[in-house]
Amino acid sequence: MTSGTLLRQITDYANRADPYPLYTELRRTPVARQDDGVYTVSTYWEILSLLHDPRLSSDLRNRVPQPGDALPLEEDPSLPVSFIRLDPPEHDRLRRLATRPFGPPKCPRRVFNMRGELTRMVSDLIDGFQGRNQVDIVDDFAYPFPVAVICKLLGVPRQDEARFHVWAEAIVAALDPNPAEGPAERQRASQQARSEMGRYLAELIEEHRHVPGDDMFSALATDHGPDGQMTPVELIATGVLLLIAGHETTVNLISNGMLTLLRHPDVLKRLRDDPGLAVPLVEELLRYEPPVQLLPQRTALDDIDIAGTVIPKGAPIWLVLASGNRDPKRFPDAERFEPERRDNQHLGFGSGIHYCFGAPLARLEAQLALTELARRLDNPQLVNDPPPYRRNPVLRGPRHLSVAFDDLLA
Amino acid sequence: MSVDELSRAFRQHGRIVIVGASLAGLRAAETLREEGFTGSLTMIGDEPQEPYDRPPLSKQVLLGHMPADATPLPRRRALDAQWRLGVAATGLDLTGRQVRLADGEEVPFDRLLIATGTRARPWVKEAEADLDGVFVLRTSDDAARLNRRLTARPRRVLIVGAGFTGSEIASACRERGLEVTVAERGPAPLVGALGGVIGAVAAELQREHGVDLRCGITVTALEGDSAGRLTCAHLSDGTVLDVDVAVIALGAMRNTEWLAGSGVAAGPRGVACDAGCRAFDIHGIVTDDIFVAGDVARSPHPLFGYQFLSLEHWGNAVTQAEVAAHNMISSGPDRLPYLWVPAFWSAQFGVNIKSTGVPTMGDKLMITQGSLAEHRFTVAYGFQGRVIAAVAFDQARWLDFYRRLIETAAPFPLEFANVDRRPEGLRAVPSEFPDPSLPSHGPTVTLSGYSPSDRKVTFTPARM
Ligand SMILES: Cc1cc2nc3c(=O)[nH]c(=O)nc-3n(C[C@H](O)[C@H](O)[C@H](O)COP(=O)(O)OP(=O)(O)OC[C@H]3O[C@@H](n4cnc5c(N)ncnc54)[C@H](O)[C@@H]3O)c2cc1C
Repeated sequence: MTSGTLLRQITDYANRADPYPLYTELRRTPVARQDDGVYTVSTYWEILSLLHDPRLSSDLRNRVPQPGDALPLEEDPSLPVSFIRLDPPEHDRLRRLATRPFGPPKCPRRVFNMRGELTRMVSDLIDGFQGRNQVDIVDDFAYPFPVAVICKLLGVPRQDEARFHVWAEAIVAALDPNPAEGPAERQRASQQARSEMGRYLAELIEEHRHVPGDDMFSALATDHGPDGQMTPVELIATGVLLLIAGHETTVNLISNGMLTLLRHPDVLKRLRDDPGLAVPLVEELLRYEPPVQLLPQRTALDDIDIAGTVIPKGAPIWLVLASGNRDPKRFPDAERFEPERRDNQHLGFGSGIHYCFGAPLARLEAQLALTELARRLDNPQLVNDPPPYRRNPVLRGPRHLSVAFDDLLA
Repeated sequence: MSVDELSRAFRQHGRIVIVGASLAGLRAAETLREEGFTGSLTMIGDEPQEPYDRPPLSKQVLLGHMPADATPLPRRRALDAQWRLGVAATGLDLTGRQVRLADGEEVPFDRLLIATGTRARPWVKEAEADLDGVFVLRTSDDAARLNRRLTARPRRVLIVGAGFTGSEIASACRERGLEVTVAERGPAPLVGALGGVIGAVAAELQREHGVDLRCGITVTALEGDSAGRLTCAHLSDGTVLDVDVAVIALGAMRNTEWLAGSGVAAGPRGVACDAGCRAFDIHGIVTDDIFVAGDVARSPHPLFGYQFLSLEHWGNAVTQAEVAAHNMISSGPDRLPYLWVPAFWSAQFGVNIKSTGVPTMGDKLMITQGSLAEHRFTVAYGFQGRVIAAVAFDQARWLDFYRRLIETAAPFPLEFANVDRRPEGLRAVPSEFPDPSLPSHGPTVTLSGYSPSDRKVTFTPARM
C-alpha cells in the first residue's frame, strides 16, 4: 500500500473508529510525501522538532497552492485570523494579550478558582440523569459541560449557550480536510456561522466594555497591559477561537476518556476508589486517544531536511500528533493504555508556541468529569462498541456514547 | 569471577558514598536505586538541611513569596540511604577507599561520587566581608538572612557584580520597591555569560526598572560604623555610596579543598573527569571508582572541541548526576557518555532568559527571531562557521530547535527563512565578549539520536 492511499484511508470515515493500525503503517515512513503534495509527519521526535522549528508557518498565506491540496482555506475575509493561524510577532502579541486574564503571571489562579464551580456543574449534569438507566455521554454530558464552562469563563450569558452549539458544529465541520465530502457547502455554512457568531460577539463585548464583570471578555475589553489592547476585530477573532477551541476539544477528551475507561473496567474501578488517579490518567488519555489527531495547517517557509527527506519550501505539512503519541521509539508499550505511565510527554496539546492555550482548563475539566462519572454511575456498560464517530478526522471523538447503568449513586 | 558477575555483585552488595547532598547528589542517589542498585548508600552533606533547590533562592524567596526553608527538592522515589547531614567530608583516602569526616569518622566505600558543588566567592577583604549588612547568596540560610534584611527595608542595596545571580537579586529588590545600585566591572550586566550585544539589552532592562546601574566600575572598599554595620561603599571612580546592604555576587568557588592531597585531579577549576564522569587522578589517568557530577565537575564535551567545561547550571547537575550514577553501576560498553548540551535559565526584570549551548564560545551572533528593541528575541551564536549556542529572551519555546542546530553543527550565519526574521537579524555581528578565548581549529563533531542509549557522536576530521 502506498502512503498516498494510506492518508486517504485515515481521513476516510470508515476508519474513524480505529485509525491506529493505519498510523502504525504511516510511521514506517516518518516523513512522507503524499500524492497531493502534502507531507505527513508521523513519528514523535520528528513532530516535536517541527513544532519547535521557526521555518514552519501556521499562516496559510505562506502556502504554495498544491494541485488538489486537500486543505480548505476556510478563513472569512471579513474576520481577521485568530492567533492560531498567525506567526510571530502578531501571534505572540495576541496570545500574550489573551493570556493576561487567563493565566500566570497576571491571573495565576483563574483556572484553579473555577474548581468549585466546575464541580457543581458536573454534579448538576449527573443529577440530571436521575430516573434513567441509559444516557448519551456526548449529548447529555460531554457537550453541555465544556460549553457551560467556556461561556462562564468568557462571560457569555447562560441562555445563549445553545446558539454556540449550532455555530460551533458548522465551523468545526469545515475543518474536515477530506476532499471527498463536499467542502464548498461546508465552507459556506462555516462562513455564515462565523459571521453570525462574530456579530453576536461584537455586541456582547460592547456590553462588557460598559458594564465589566469578572470574566475574560470584560478583562480583554478593558484591561491595559504592556502590549496595549486588542482591537475590536482582534477581540472577536480571539473570542471565536476561544469559544470553539475551548469546548470542541474538551468534548472529545471527555467522551474519548469515558469510552476508554469503559473498555478498561479495571481502570474505571481504580479511578472510583482513588480520584488521585485522574491526574496521570488524563495525561495518558491525551496520549492514547488525543482529541486533536493531527495538525493540518503548517507550511514550510524554507526547504527543511528532516529524517532523510527534504520538505520543500511552500509545501503543506500535516503533523499527525496521534501517531507520534503511539511511536514505540518514544513510548514503551505505546499501544497500551497505562493510566500511570511515567515520562508521559505526549503531543496531545501540541508543543511550541501554539501549545494548547486552554490546557490547564481542559485538564481540570476532564479530571473532574471522569472522576465523577466513575464515582456515580453504578455498573456502567457501553451500549455500542465502537460507538458512532463524528465525521471529523482532525477533532476525533464519538458522536454519541450510549452508556447503560444500574443506578445513580449519590 | 567474570566482569559480568563482578558487576552484578557490586549492584547487589556494593557500597556507594556520595559526598555533597544537594541537587546532583540526590538525583544520583535516586538514579542508583531506580536502576537497581541495592547495596549500601551513604549521603554526606555539610549542610544540615535535607537537599533543597537553589534557583528559587534568588527569585521567589527574595521576593518574599516563599520562605527560604520551603524549597526542598521533590523526591522521585524512596532512597533507603544513610544520611550524614551537617558534617563535612574533610579528606579522601584513595587507596584505603575511605572518606574522612569532620567529626573524625571514616566512611569506607567501593565507589564514590563527588558532588560538592560550589560556594559563593566571598568579598576579598575579610574584615569588610564580616560587616553587618554584607551578604552572599548561595545557601538557604544566606537567602533567609538576606530576605530578613530586605524585609526591613534598607535605604539602598548595593549589588557587587552583575552576573546572573547579581542581576536576579537586583530584579527582586526592585520588585520590592527598594533602591538598588549595581556595580559591574565589565561594560554591561551578563557580559561574561552572553557578550556585550546582549549585555546591552540587560543594561536597558535594569535601567528601565529603575536600577542605578554603574558599569566599568569596581567596588574598592566597604566601610562600617563603630558598631560594625555597613554604612557606605567606595567605588573606583571616587564616588562614595551610602548603603546599608551589600550583596557580593562575584561568582562561585568550587568545593575541592577537601580533596587536597588525595591524588584526585581536583583544583580551583573543579574536579576533572572523563565524559563518563570518572574522575582523573593527578597524573591525568582516569580512576575507575571515583565519579564526579554537578557544579564541581569539569568534563570534556565532544561537541565543543573536547573542551573541559565546568557548568554551574541546574540542568547540568541533574543530567550529569544521572549519567554518573548509571556509570557507577555499569561496566564497559554499558556506560554512557555525558553528552548533554548545556542549558540554563534565569528570570529577571520580568524576562525569562533561556540558553542552550555555550554562548561564551560564540565570536559572532545574529538575532534570528524577534528584536532586541522589544527585549524579546532569540539570538544564535556562531563559532568558526557553525552554530554554537542560542539564547532566548521571552521566547523559550523555540530553543529546542536551536539545540538541534548546535548538535548537528549547522552552518552559521543562519540563512533560512523563518516566521519572525526582522531586518536587524539579517547580519552576523561580533558578540563582544570581553575576553574571547578561541579554541583552535578542530574536527567537526556532531550528535544524533534522542534517548541516552542511542545518542551517537559522529567525528569528521578537520578539513584542510
Ligand atoms: C541563588 C542561585 C540561583 C540559581 N539559579 C539558577 C537558575 O535560574 N538556573 C540554573 O540553571 N541554575 C541556577 N543556579 C545553579 C544551580 O543551583 C546549581 O547549578 C546546582 O545547585 C548545582 O548542584 P550541585 O549539587 O552540583 O551543587 P550544590 O548545589 O552546590 O551542592 C553541593 C553540596 O555539597 C555540599 N558540600 C560542599 N563541600 C562539602 C564537603 N566537603 N562535605 C560535605 N558536603 C559538602 C554543599 O554544602 C552543598 O550542599 C542557581 C544557584 C544559586 C545559588
